[in-house]
Amino acid sequence: MIALPEPDAAVLARRDTILRDLCRLVPDGPFGPGVIGDAVRLRVYETDGLSAYRQPPLAVVLPTSTEEVAAVLRYCHKEKIRVVPRGAGTSLSGGALPLADAVVIGLMRMNRILEVDFDDRLAVVEAGVTNLGITQAVAGDGFFYAPDPSSQLACMIGGNVMMNSGGAHCLKYGVTAGNLLGVTFVTIEGEVVRVGGGHLDAAGYDWLGLITGSEGQLGLVTEVTVRILRAAEGARAMLAAFRSNEVAGQVVDAIIGSGIIPVALEFMDRPAIHACEAFANAGYPLDAEAMLIIEVEGDTAEQDDLLGSLAAICNRFDPISLRVAETAEQSLAIWKGRKGAFGAVGRISPDYLCMDGTIPTGELPHVLRRIGEMSDSYGLKVANIFHAGDGNLHPLIMFDANDPDSFRKAEAFGADILKLCVEVGGCLTGEHGVGVEKRDLMSVQFTETELRQQRAVKSAFDPDWLLNSAKVFPLEGNPALAPRAHG
Amino acid sequence: MADRIDPADEAGVIEAVRQAVAKRTPLAVEGRGSKRAMLRPVQAGRTLSTGGLTGITLYRPEEMVLSARAGTPVAEIEAELARHNQVIPAEPPDLAALFGHAIPSTIGGMVATNLSGPRRIGPGGALRDQLLGIRMVTGHAELVRSGGRVHKNVTGLDLCKLLAGSHGTLGVLTEVTLKLAPRPEAGLTVALPVPGLAQGVAALSAGLGSPYGVSGAALLPAGWRGSGGPLAVLRLEDFARFLPRRAEALRGLLSSFGAAGLIEGDESAALWRDLRDAAPLAAAPDQAIWRISVRPSAAPDLCGRLDQAFEARLLLDWGGGLVWAAGPATAAAHQAVMAATAAAGGVFTLFRAPDPLRVAVPVLPQEAPALRGIADRVKAALDPAAVLNPGRMR
Repeated sequence: MIALPEPDAAVLARRDTILRDLCRLVPDGPFGPGVIGDAVRLRVYETDGLSAYRQPPLAVVLPTSTEEVAAVLRYCHKEKIRVVPRGAGTSLSGGALPLADAVVIGLMRMNRILEVDFDDRLAVVEAGVTNLGITQAVAGDGFFYAPDPSSQLACMIGGNVMMNSGGAHCLKYGVTAGNLLGVTFVTIEGEVVRVGGGHLDAAGYDWLGLITGSEGQLGLVTEVTVRILRAAEGARAMLAAFRSNEVAGQVVDAIIGSGIIPVALEFMDRPAIHACEAFANAGYPLDAEAMLIIEVEGDTAEQDDLLGSLAAICNRFDPISLRVAETAEQSLAIWKGRKGAFGAVGRISPDYLCMDGTIPTGELPHVLRRIGEMSDSYGLKVANIFHAGDGNLHPLIMFDANDPDSFRKAEAFGADILKLCVEVGGCLTGEHGVGVEKRDLMSVQFTETELRQQRAVKSAFDPDWLLNSAKVFPLEGNPALAPRAHG
Repeated sequence: MADRIDPADEAGVIEAVRQAVAKRTPLAVEGRGSKRAMLRPVQAGRTLSTGGLTGITLYRPEEMVLSARAGTPVAEIEAELARHNQVIPAEPPDLAALFGHAIPSTIGGMVATNLSGPRRIGPGGALRDQLLGIRMVTGHAELVRSGGRVHKNVTGLDLCKLLAGSHGTLGVLTEVTLKLAPRPEAGLTVALPVPGLAQGVAALSAGLGSPYGVSGAALLPAGWRGSGGPLAVLRLEDFARFLPRRAEALRGLLSSFGAAGLIEGDESAALWRDLRDAAPLAAAPDQAIWRISVRPSAAPDLCGRLDQAFEARLLLDWGGGLVWAAGPATAAAHQAVMAATAAAGGVFTLFRAPDPLRVAVPVLPQEAPALRGIADRVKAALDPAAVLNPGRMR
């Protein structure tokens, strides 16, 4: 289990006053209360996508404007109250896990699309607009917002910015950071700053780049200007199944080496294939050890051409089966199993942990072999889904949350996988963020000097360490957890 | 030439910074100094060069990743990539001609200035988006790594982004790791004469809003190769067999703006190399050059204001979002650039100017007060003794 800090007793003791003050700053609106303080309704906010960890906060505020966010931050800064930002609460790393003495600032009421400009290819939206909501707002005109995390139906752009979210199509379109033009940023002192805007690239320090992926450690983002892109003329997928992970890994290398950049290149191992097939009946080959889903874009003739070249590459590696979609419907059928992967694993196991390391793609066979050995020694099943083009590995570790021993083992197994990712030249997290989940592993990837440097940059924004405390950085060395004096 | 330190390795860089801190003697940090004339002259008696830290340390074409020591010339890296049909997607410019010298750019200097060429508008983004990892020596004389060698990495604060474009003021880059892309098999240019900037930017927007994969969209000034008015140029890059159809489709889409022609083969490649290096700006040696980033639709008005204020030579790239302007190296002209940029909601860089101007005026926009305080604290967090490139940015 990952330790959470002792709550600040002085803050807890002032709870009633704090709630009263917050109610003044964020009044109730037509759609509900501005502040939530009663124990039953706080339970709604006690966890996020990492549901093994639960902790109701001191209070939740649901502001509807940047000014209200600024007022709450100004207040919390003055009163030295910790703050936990929250979007949709879909974080898989516990990034939105509350602390007992913290005020959760939920941005889901800030869900307006403020501007769409097709000529300048941008949209200005509030932080609580869902990822898919942006694409839906522009799809009618043939545009889309590129990063597409699996949770895109629910997750919010503010959270995407904070986690620098990725998705299945990063190989071509990059991650959140590359698809942003600007944010409205609120400092812990409650200052509102516009960073970037409608233009590309900063003159001076790249605050937008630093804020993106900062996991709520530096400030809150209330508005986001995103790049929107014209969608390709069409897209189609193919499926190729192979006798071993090694062979499938060689196919990935051969594809990248060929100069074709598929828009998606997804890898599933045998357990993942079986779980997805049982769930979705997508027609996945059950005799395969590894399967690739490869998607290309272009007009129909270009799709045919690229898929033909890719099939030729696959054929050099003696595939067990090769299925090239001829229609958009067939393409959807190929994706159907993969898109339902999390649900599929959820069906065969009461609970699972979704890990998120990245490895050099050439290390895949070795890493999967080691994960298999760990699976045997921990006695826990694992299914692996891999964004093969960019090396982002998602092992789904299956366990039973009602059995504390099983959960403890699953966490240890997950930690071992992430250590392995670092050992082979990769990293702890490719797109889910460190959050609370991987906080204590940071010293595996970084030296103490490097962590000290990162902490110093955080301190430059948040000297009292009030923002999303106890996340990202190991507790030892966290200056906020030293005893604090109160006036 | 003032005192120059030329370490051959990272340990030498650490030692040089350690001594600078101990003796409180600031350092001008550079690769080979090819962009020394950018922004403001550094107030330092000694120069620390990373030009001696050379060599590609890792190249995995099948993983599209390359690491090189900071002093490795960009041209050397590109030559190696060409052998494997790969490129640095941001298309970093070669500004030797613009700065009037023949010094090669180093990869460290390119990252430290975060300069990208025409392909910046594509999905690959800016050089900073392709920066997977760095090794740097901070002003604490400590080695700090950020990022790594994998394409997707959100572990910890992204100091790569902070360092890219920090002009050597926050740390001395010693090695960088970049994400690569396949070199497009072929490229061609759809060229459209336009009556003015507003129509030109509108045509570029229409092209960039098309599904044909426009990877460059620029507006050449009147007079380029004898043209009577501005010329909108849009580049398509992909497998050669895909390009004729897309070029036809794009010309059809742009037909409401006028009849577009085609520039193909080497001529097209040369045009975009020139654009990348801002050559069509053709600034006189004594002129100042500004690089302005704006929302594309705001560019025509911005250019109109500049034209009113001084005899401006203008070159637009990034669909109109990047305005290169050349004009008299006077405080009045600079004032006009600052005012027009602010009115357009954009940002400017005084990219090149004679010393008297660049020491006298803000070379970058002033940050909002709240960010200014943060900037001071971030600078202090990385370079507490202020020994790295003092005066460079402000």
